Amino acid sequence: MNIGLAYDVVRFEEKSLIQAINDAGHVAKPLHVVGKEFWINEGNGHEHDFVIQRCVSYSRALATTTILERFGNLVVNGLDVLRNTADKLITSCMLARRGVPAPMTAVALTRQTAVEIAKKMGFPVVVKPIYGSWGRNIARAFDEQSLVDILELRENMPNPMMKVHYLQEYVDKPERDIRAFYVWGEVPVAIYRVSKMWKTNTALGGRAQPCPVTDELREIVVKAGDAVGGGVLGVDILESKEKGLLVNEVNGVVEFRNTVLVTGYNLAAKIVESTVQVVRR
Amino acid sequence: MADLNCPVCGGSMVVPSDALPGELFECGECGAQLEYFVDEKNVPMLRVAEEVAEDWGQ
Repeated sequence: MNIGLAYDVVRFEEKSLIQAINDAGHVAKPLHVVGKEFWINEGNGHEHDFVIQRCVSYSRALATTTILERFGNLVVNGLDVLRNTADKLITSCMLARRGVPAPMTAVALTRQTAVEIAKKMGFPVVVKPIYGSWGRNIARAFDEQSLVDILELRENMPNPMMKVHYLQEYVDKPERDIRAFYVWGEVPVAIYRVSKMWKTNTALGGRAQPCPVTDELREIVVKAGDAVGGGVLGVDILESKEKGLLVNEVNGVVEFRNTVLVTGYNLAAKIVESTVQVVRR
Repeated sequence: MADLNCPVCGGSMVVPSDALPGELFECGECGAQLEYFVDEKNVPMLRVAEEVAEDWGQ
């Protein structure tokens, strides 16, 4: 098969995927999207059996997936899944609609309403941007005054999306969370992200450790992946003392360097092999 | 292998032959983060890498 790989920055993941494509006897077609011309009304010469979307920039991923799909390419992940996972509000709604356990979440469009929600939810609360990654601009408010300070800061930011206040209950987790990988309905591997900090993202220094894929973990990850449309996903799970496993976020363009380093699992090969099987069906 | 120069300090850098456009390298002399690319005349070059933007991440 001719397998495209749309990317902007080359990381461990992109190199691993190219290697896995070649090792499986397919032809890898890296497509460095930055600087390319993408015409809408005529073919761009970017026709493949499928394309793996790897842009680290969400805007570039969204734009190039739209265009590649317009020319009939199957893109992994597709436009719907990218949007469903990049927008935390959409993700929350899709999880809730399917009854997937997640932290209590609410949205307010004014500062005053956000404070009222937080009082009902109970402090501390977590305030997140609707869009955003690597733990950026996520804040925890311990009381009304600190929440007002955070909201004021958000409302003075130029990005209008910062005026949509997405609030979640704070889940007191055991100095770790779980990153599990969903690959076309399977859960091949998972890691703990361990940190003394309340934000456990590996981008912020969280340490990766192997995590067993139990039946309980597999069940919630599959439900979450199916709820947002399937494909290849990273599902972040919190372990709540009171509520059990909760889905915190779902990621549509996954990083897996640390997972491979600590588990030795060849996730790139799994992604390529499973996607080829899905395309051939 | 390609012998290239850092656009910041002018130091010499060796880039592997299997480098892909968009691949990042750090200058051993000045520490600048550099991006490998190939210009319109198919000449391999280095430029200062883009900074992390608000929409970056997973």
